[in-house]
Amino acid sequence: MTDVAWIGTVLTSARPPAMAALVRYFRDLDVAEEAFQEACLRALKSWPKNGPPRDAAAWLIMVGKNAAIDTVRRQRREQPLPQEEEISDLSDVEASTVARIDEADYRDDILRLLFVCCHPELPATQQIALALRIVSGLSTRQIARAFLVSDDAMEQRITRAKARVAKANVPFEAPSAIDRSERLAAVAAMLYLLFNEGYTAGVADAGSRATLSDEAIRLCRLLLRLFPAEPEIMALTALLLLQHARAQARFDSAGSVVLLEEQDRQLWDKKLIAEGLALVDKALRHRRPGPYQVQAAIAGLHARAERPQDTDWAQIDLLYGALERMQPSPVVSLNRAVAAAKVRGAQAALAMIEPLAARLDGYFYFHGARGAFLLELGRGEEARVAFDRAIALANTPAEAAHIRQQLDRLLRPSPQTGRLQNG
Amino acid sequence: MQYAILCYHDENVVCSWSKQEDDAVMAKLALVQDKLARQGKLGPVVRLLPTTAATTLRKDREPPLVIDGPFAETKEQLLGFYVVEGASLEEVLEIARELAAANPGGAYEIRPVGIFNPGSLSA
Repeated sequence: MTDVAWIGTVLTSARPPAMAALVRYFRDLDVAEEAFQEACLRALKSWPKNGPPRDAAAWLIMVGKNAAIDTVRRQRREQPLPQEEEISDLSDVEASTVARIDEADYRDDILRLLFVCCHPELPATQQIALALRIVSGLSTRQIARAFLVSDDAMEQRITRAKARVAKANVPFEAPSAIDRSERLAAVAAMLYLLFNEGYTAGVADAGSRATLSDEAIRLCRLLLRLFPAEPEIMALTALLLLQHARAQARFDSAGSVVLLEEQDRQLWDKKLIAEGLALVDKALRHRRPGPYQVQAAIAGLHARAERPQDTDWAQIDLLYGALERMQPSPVVSLNRAVAAAKVRGAQAALAMIEPLAARLDGYFYFHGARGAFLLELGRGEEARVAFDRAIALANTPAEAAHIRQQLDRLLRPSPQTGRLQNG
Repeated sequence: MQYAILCYHDENVVCSWSKQEDDAVMAKLALVQDKLARQGKLGPVVRLLPTTAATTLRKDREPPLVIDGPFAETKEQLLGFYVVEGASLEEVLEIARELAAANPGGAYEIRPVGIFNPGSLSA
């Protein structure tokens, strides 16, 4: 890696703790961002010459703080603070800064920084955009590209989100145990959203969106390092890793979705799977079940199956049953029906999803799954109607293309469709 | 004489590498490893998954206590190790310098090996 690329990764990894401390200090997102920005510029100037500091985050916090205070003083026409080059023994200052950042404070600072981004008043898309801007440090342009909107629209969205969280006034005191677990839950949900935003993308726009999934995993690992004994955070990390492990296999060369059962499992990333399975094992040891653990366990069962026919569908059906009880939602019931179809047949699955029709009528996957069940039962005409509806609701061209493939199969005179037409 | 080269690096930094950056570092390291293997100096090479996947068994009490996370909370984490053959510390330091050029940042701890049992696992 070149100097600049290498410094870039150090700055990226130091950003969350440094921003968290600067926000605590200045109590203002914009001032903290400017301070961090200035510190990064000085790092780019100073690090290639002097070598990187041992604790990059502490260096950036100190330099950022001084730079921001300096700006304020200059505006007041007062004496500037010494530049960081003139500070005689930077390592001492670093050490004392580190000492002052109490371990627990630091943890709560980063959690707080993540939490302000997912304030319940913010709509999901604003939460993600704000987290990418503030915590990850993506440029407005990068975020705009990932969300397929114009730079101006994204700039506005972020400005509005910042104004809203400023008004929300999240307290800076150390949170109580209950507050902390609520914050953790909100942050976990936001990270999952962020991951999914990247995950649903097709090959065409994978470039900018794939970053979103990587970023969600990076932040999840960071959160887990801060809260190493939280089974739900382990499980969320596992869930993201296990899903991300299939990224290379999820789309064909034409950009169409490849269903789990048709994926080339050789393309699954074994390293990510190993990490995910290890985290599921760790989480389950705590015997404090939660929705992410159930979902990660399901993803783990898929990952463990070397061939589609090795999948333990009965266990997956049971796990979805558990998830239905913990977190009742029509989408979970729909997923359970897909598993049940493997264990008890398409007829049973169809019966399970019919009551969901009213609530899931606008949901792409509902019509896709319904079409697949009908197709399996030989009800070709009804399947075609369901698939047409799914195409109309597809979120991405890749999703639509996938359903079109199934439709093609329906229309193509083949032994399979022949059987269906008769059946 | 056999030496272990223990690889320490800031995990937050390594986990921030993009897949391309990670692949590029691994490719550069592979060149050094290939050279060592041709010279018959390379033993096992191990890359560990992030410490978030680690579990620690504290066995200084009875019954031993299972704790989530790595044993040592350090700024740089043990992320992997090599076992290499070297006639002298200088030679192993030279190997470590070559690896360092391919993968800057962090530190290598060079430790002479006491017992080496290659075991029966395959890659």
